Amino acid sequence: MSSAGAFKTPTAQARGLGSAKEGVGHYIKQRVSAIALIVLIPWFLFSVMNAADAGYEGARVWVAKPWNAILLILTFGAAFFHMRLGMQTVIEDYISKHGTRQALLILNTFAAIGLFAVTALTVLQIWVSASV
Amino acid sequence: MSGPGLTDPRPLSPHLQIWKFHATMVASITHRVTGSALYFGSFLIAAWIVALGLTPAAGEDVPAFYAAIEAVITSPFGQIILVLWAAAVLYHFANGIRHLLWDGPAIGFDPKVASAWSVFNFIFAGVGAIALWAAATLL
Repeated sequence: MSSAGAFKTPTAQARGLGSAKEGVGHYIKQRVSAIALIVLIPWFLFSVMNAADAGYEGARVWVAKPWNAILLILTFGAAFFHMRLGMQTVIEDYISKHGTRQALLILNTFAAIGLFAVTALTVLQIWVSASV
Repeated sequence: MSGPGLTDPRPLSPHLQIWKFHATMVASITHRVTGSALYFGSFLIAAWIVALGLTPAAGEDVPAFYAAIEAVITSPFGQIILVLWAAAVLYHFANGIRHLLWDGPAIGFDPKVASAWSVFNFIFAGVGAIALWAAATLL
């Protein structure tokens, strides 16, 4: 420890060096979205396999059923949220260069939100257009 | 989250080469690798949904973009990608449940159990992916 440190309080020494008090929130969000995906992913795998097998028309009929549309949007929400948190950790672990790290973190957020907007709105559009 | 750009060198997460080779080490690395792969795989799922939302142009039964995706999926290359994707999903799923059991009830920390469980997750992912592929192709 440097001699200057001896005159600082422990709080002052730690400030600016470690976590920004957001780690626990990240940890909990990652796990809560994982619990949701334990239920959603088996449903998604089974259903999408069948839907893709049914071709363009058949898959659209499948998406347009209310429960399928709702579960699809929930799956996309949980998956893209979980994905963003995971990739954030990967970026923070391996990219130490400040500007690159910030740019990738921002890109990661945009990708996750963009994917959710595009997929959720497409599911809604298929659902609504089928019931008109 | 990262703070302002500090000049002192901060510790980074240990890199791949410093770990001793072991089942649990491979399992942990594979969890991160499959997670990252699924990140990019989700762009392909999104492309399929977007294609499904398109309406066919005049004279088409199926939108051209959907037909193109379907052609890729049914090609040998696409089938390989799908099997690898399924293996990645199943691995991350099984190993993710293990992470939840570690974090919540703290089950499975015994070294022998942890190693055996790592091997099981790999077998589950491999066998499961091939079973899904067989079910989709043959049934």
